Amino acid sequence: MNRTPNRRTLLKLAGAAGAGAALASLAGARAAFAQDKNELVIAYNVNLPSWDPTVGPSAVNPTIQGFYQSVFDMFIHQNPDLSFAPGLVTEWGWNDDRSKIFLVVRDGVTWHDGSPFTAEDVAWSLERAGKAETGNPIQFVWSKVGNFKVDGNRVEADVLAFEPTIFKWMSFLTGYVLPKAYYEKVGAEGFEAKPIGTGPYMVEKYERNAFVQLKANPNYWGGKPDFETVTIKFVTDAASRVAEVESGNADVTLEIPYEEYDRLVGGGLKGNCETISDIAMIFLNDIDPMLDKNVRLAAHHSIDKQLLVDRLLRGYGVPISTLETPEYTAYDPGIKVAYDAELAAKLLADSGFSADKPVKFKIQTTRGFKPKDYEMIQAIVGMWRKVGIEAEIEVYEIAQHYELRAADKLAPAAFYNWGNSVGDPTTSTGFAMFGPSPHSVWDGQDLIDKIGPLWGEPDETKRIDGWKAVDKYIADEGLVIPLLQYAQPIVHRDGITVTPHKSGALLPHLIKRA
Amino acid sequence: MLVLRSLIARLVTTAVTLFGVAVIVFVVIRVVPGNPIAMMLPPGATEADIERLKTLYGLDKSIAEQFAIWLAAVLHGDFGTSISTRQPVLSLVLNRLPATLELSILALLIAVALGLALAVLGTRFRDRKTEAGVDIVNGIGLSVPDFLWGLLLILLFGVLWPVFSISGRVSPRLELPFVSQFYLFESLLRLRFDLTRDLLGHMIMPALALALPLAAIIAQVLKQSLKETVNLDYAVLARTKGYKETRVILAEALPNAVLPTLTLVGVQFTFLIGGTVIIERLFSYEGLGNMAIDAVINRDLPLIQGIVILFAVIFTVVNLAVDMSYALLNPKLRHA
Repeated sequence: MNRTPNRRTLLKLAGAAGAGAALASLAGARAAFAQDKNELVIAYNVNLPSWDPTVGPSAVNPTIQGFYQSVFDMFIHQNPDLSFAPGLVTEWGWNDDRSKIFLVVRDGVTWHDGSPFTAEDVAWSLERAGKAETGNPIQFVWSKVGNFKVDGNRVEADVLAFEPTIFKWMSFLTGYVLPKAYYEKVGAEGFEAKPIGTGPYMVEKYERNAFVQLKANPNYWGGKPDFETVTIKFVTDAASRVAEVESGNADVTLEIPYEEYDRLVGGGLKGNCETISDIAMIFLNDIDPMLDKNVRLAAHHSIDKQLLVDRLLRGYGVPISTLETPEYTAYDPGIKVAYDAELAAKLLADSGFSADKPVKFKIQTTRGFKPKDYEMIQAIVGMWRKVGIEAEIEVYEIAQHYELRAADKLAPAAFYNWGNSVGDPTTSTGFAMFGPSPHSVWDGQDLIDKIGPLWGEPDETKRIDGWKAVDKYIADEGLVIPLLQYAQPIVHRDGITVTPHKSGALLPHLIKRA
Repeated sequence: MLVLRSLIARLVTTAVTLFGVAVIVFVVIRVVPGNPIAMMLPPGATEADIERLKTLYGLDKSIAEQFAIWLAAVLHGDFGTSISTRQPVLSLVLNRLPATLELSILALLIAVALGLALAVLGTRFRDRKTEAGVDIVNGIGLSVPDFLWGLLLILLFGVLWPVFSISGRVSPRLELPFVSQFYLFESLLRLRFDLTRDLLGHMIMPALALALPLAAIIAQVLKQSLKETVNLDYAVLARTKGYKETRVILAEALPNAVLPTLTLVGVQFTFLIGGTVIIERLFSYEGLGNMAIDAVINRDLPLIQGIVILFAVIFTVVNLAVDMSYALLNPKLRHA
């Protein structure tokens, strides 16, 4: 039989070969740019919109702080367990009558352009942060000190209004030291185009909405980082992040569904899923029917938080009874609001409600903003139904939540997550529950009177004890429903170690070769 | 002359349409709950802080006043400054537009090629099992949405057989010599095929995800047109002259059957560009769609306005181009 190929067969073969070659060529492109050993590739869950860590919405976005802390240093360093440590500022404190603060600045530090870091930079950064026209969202804190004086490596400033947490803010949102001379030379636009800091990594390349490439700072005061190059890809879709790390395109990723975390870690990748400072909670607004203490307490006692953690979050998370987690300074393990469905039913019965004649209200929640947020509220509504609470779920966007909360127009119950990476009670219980704050929706005068004196309390022990008493009062009165402390899933390839930070920021310089 | 008059009329309509879009977008994003100031309030902010931030971003004025200020600035080429990035909106959107256009055009080319191949195949082997196979493929292509194709492609060619890049537009470690944002186009012009290869390695999956549903639509409509055309007199005559069936379809039937498909492609192309919003997000592709989602999440009002206006311009220009090309290709309209 003659098997000599005819013209048509040859054309088909040529076509197939061409397609194969094209595919192989594109595949080769991928292989050719696979990461080398000295490069760390991170698939990050958020975009970085802007580089100035002290201005605009990005400055108060906790998830973005990991980028900033790679390039810039904060005034005061914060360890992964949220404790404070000497950083660019090595000593800090008040004078005896608390009318002044002082900061001692580290010697021998250089900016990424090689110029020396000085106390002038610290004073200028603080002064700039306190000016309203710069657009620093935390200006209300920084403006409480002024009249800066620099003497060698020591900075002194007058206390214009006493703020007991000012040094904690120096490790928190917008608490970054920026280069005075460089910023004044290049301006805001120039700084955005080529930012420099004193941090462990220098910005090498930045493509908005795509990636940032960082290069190790050889002169970093804390020691040169392990990886010479770090590429952080902005992969905002969770499924794509899973694919990135599973395919080996990325070495590390975070914030993926817990189911995927278990699957990937069970399938050969490494990971950790430890608690961070973020909590899930339900705001209660002081409108009908939440004006009834029995209803509030019943709503709290009827929620089996451990069941939510076990069933919905696959065991990753810790139930909480107050807005303080164990890492926070005002955490009091003695305050417990136990799961007790019988007690909840009894409390409701005292107010004339039952499963047959339920109390009705609306609960608002996000859907997909935090892990299993909507599912959690569905489960809670189911638990409530059993004791005599009929809640209607309304889904809203997180932007709507912010606006409704600021306008004090939240529904009687509203799910939210609260982050507090400095662990101070003012930035958890304080701002969430103090009536005049735009973040609080509970306006009861009794609580305002209890919290009010604590804002300016100079005695630290008395201040923390005061906040513990406030937390106890809130739990007894059922003014809010704290649910659980979140755990953050981080997955990485074998051969590296990742030290998680309790703030939830994934910091490249805490990732090392195993 | 008729075409020119028609063009002028369309340009006037386009200007009115864009103004309408601008008004609607401007009002709607300010009326719906969720404003940018509430998004950036830190713990401890006071009413005074809220007012200060409102003034800083010009949100303390009435919507009508804000619109008048914005429109006056736009007429001078200033679309404002993005709240989240603090960059000029115009340069932000114009920098991202080429990435989206390149992706959309590549997707369109793939869709047309696939759709054409399927339609010709189905017509060539009409009323046989091959046509039934083509119909099944079309049905699958139509019923699976683009984002699901995207996930499927990531699983197949990103994880199980990892031949393509899952995210981004280009490998971060490459040094790009480009002077424009049209990376793919410029890499071809500069004969930098190494960069072309890398760019295509990033674009092929999102482009395919966008293309597959459109390919199915094109195949379905074109096959129907071809099946009608191959029975017309001139096609029968061509067969009588001894032309092979494939030649009859390609040379005789296709030029006449393609007209309704062209209109359809034009309309569907605008939908395809709209589809980039989800697909770009899924593949972390640095285009306009990806930026649009961030803008909405951050309630970046000036950026949302800029992106929507640009999308509106693209849609109207594409529609205009389709109408004009239809008029030029259709002898009845050309000589009317």
